[in-house]
Amino acid sequence: MSVLRSVIDFAIGDAQAEKAVPPTGFTVRLTVFSAAAMAFLVVFALALSLAAGRLADRWSDELARSATVRISAPAAQMAAQTEAALNVLRTTEGVESARALSLEEQRALLAPWFGPELPLDALQLPQMIEVIETASGFDGDGLRLRLAGEVPGAVLDNHARWRGPLVSAASSLRLLGWVSIVLIALATGAMITLAANAALAANAQVIAVMRLVGARDSYIAQAFMRRFTLRALAGAAGGTLFGAFALLLLPSASEEGGFLTGLGLQGAHWFLLILIPILAAVVAFLATRLAAHNTLRSLT
Amino acid sequence: MIETNGKLRHNRLIILRSDLSAKAVRQKGRKLIEFERVAHSYSGGELFNEVSLRLAPGSFHFLTGPSGSGKTTFLKLCYGALVPSSGVVRIFDDDVRQMSRDDIALARRRVGVVHQDCQFLDHLTLRENLALPLTVSGHEALDDDANLKELMGWVGLTSRADALPPELSGGERQRAALARALIMSPDVILADEPTGNVDWEMSQRLLTLLIELNRMGKTIMIATHDLGLIRAAKNHVQARVLRISGRRLQLAGADL
Ligand SMILES: Nc1ncnc2c1ncn2[C@@H]1O[C@H](COP(=O)(O)OP(=O)(O)OP(=O)(O)O)[C@@H](O)[C@H]1O
Ligand SMILES: [Mg+2]
Repeated sequence: MSVLRSVIDFAIGDAQAEKAVPPTGFTVRLTVFSAAAMAFLVVFALALSLAAGRLADRWSDELARSATVRISAPAAQMAAQTEAALNVLRTTEGVESARALSLEEQRALLAPWFGPELPLDALQLPQMIEVIETASGFDGDGLRLRLAGEVPGAVLDNHARWRGPLVSAASSLRLLGWVSIVLIALATGAMITLAANAALAANAQVIAVMRLVGARDSYIAQAFMRRFTLRALAGAAGGTLFGAFALLLLPSASEEGGFLTGLGLQGAHWFLLILIPILAAVVAFLATRLAAHNTLRSLT
Repeated sequence: MIETNGKLRHNRLIILRSDLSAKAVRQKGRKLIEFERVAHSYSGGELFNEVSLRLAPGSFHFLTGPSGSGKTTFLKLCYGALVPSSGVVRIFDDDVRQMSRDDIALARRRVGVVHQDCQFLDHLTLRENLALPLTVSGHEALDDDANLKELMGWVGLTSRADALPPELSGGERQRAALARALIMSPDVILADEPTGNVDWEMSQRLLTLLIELNRMGKTIMIATHDLGLIRAAKNHVQARVLRISGRRLQLAGADL
């Protein structure tokens, strides 16, 4: 609570202290502008990061689904080979469960193509085995080799595997988004430090007079910190609003569109945007504080 | 060691009903500012050395010497703007070398300094400038502060209250600088050439103000090379005259 109190006190500020430091003109406008531009960029980096995260999660969910083993064998050997394949699968690391599909299930799978009346008994159908992987998954090539050795008619089909590289791409993209946000925050800090240093240098005389009449460093620093922090907050709020508006204009997420249309923010994630101006204010506060204390230390 | 005879008189006026802080100092000890074998040099060379001095409460000092002899430097040592090259300077019994920047800031609220070049904040009105020491030490409600009004009347600047410093004449600036030095009701007043660019009449008025302050118990040190001013003062106040000469601080004698 005391933190909140000091934040509120800081924001309300000391009107007299604020007045003692003359308007800092372009440095402050520079701060507002760069905070706005940076906030705008952060909105997109955040959206990108969250969208990539959503994709990575969805795709890796799909990966966790089943693989299939298909057994094509003469009718006489079918049952034996199926049993053998199930034995292999049960002793394979990374396989959670394996189950031969019943006739009815296979009929249901085929129904969309051949209709419900299909006389399955008349057809020489392969036997399907549904394999559920554990979270870590199995070694597809190893399993294929073992099956080839023990069950000549078995074919392993782990079709979902092609998405693996996509998942890692999406994860990298998410990481990239976060790295961008950190870099933007650092760049904002650097810019505000430069602006604050310029303001402090331009006001060396003012600072000297204030010191002469007994102002503490913290009092002087506060006047500058408050100014830059509030401007950064305002600028970033504007930039964030602008960025949010731009996001709204993007086409909304749809199943077919995949990645590109899923770039917007969803649900509660919109509230994350509130954090952007706060982050900007914190960065400005720290940068100005550092600059002010460094400058003040060098004065008598 | 030059001993100064501290002479405390009762407050005749109530203009600056200070004197809580002055009492505190009296209890704490009789030393306001103390120099012990102080030497100071800039990159250009040594200005003075072996300077020992004790400013007793209520004393009145003049500090004189040729231009460039180190008067301003001496005063800066007195209010912690400089740290001596060697020796010890104590302000209110604290060694300047041991004081933090905040300690120095607090000490300055008890030492009124009239700068040689009267530094003001040019974007603030005269009233705001005079109130600046109050502002920076966290006082509020300045506009109806009776002290401030009284003080402005005392230095004759009431009508200029809303002027900006660049609009003031040299004499007005110097009176304003004195008023600003007094607003915190300091124990010590250090004035660097307070009559530097005013005519004789005005310098007499300023001197009268300072003498009056001394009668109220303030400790005064005035750096000046205006010997006429010193002679004029000696008729009204028991003042000691220090002179920086030959890199030493000497007590000037009857030759003045
Ligand atoms: N910050 C500084 N760095 C280097 N030299 C300085 C510095 N300040 C003053 N000096 C030099 O020290 C000497 C004494 O300066 P100071 O201002 O104390 O003299 P002063 O007695 O007040 O002179 P005046 O009567 O002209 O005001 C001068 O020669 C000056 O050039
Ligand atoms: Mg001087």
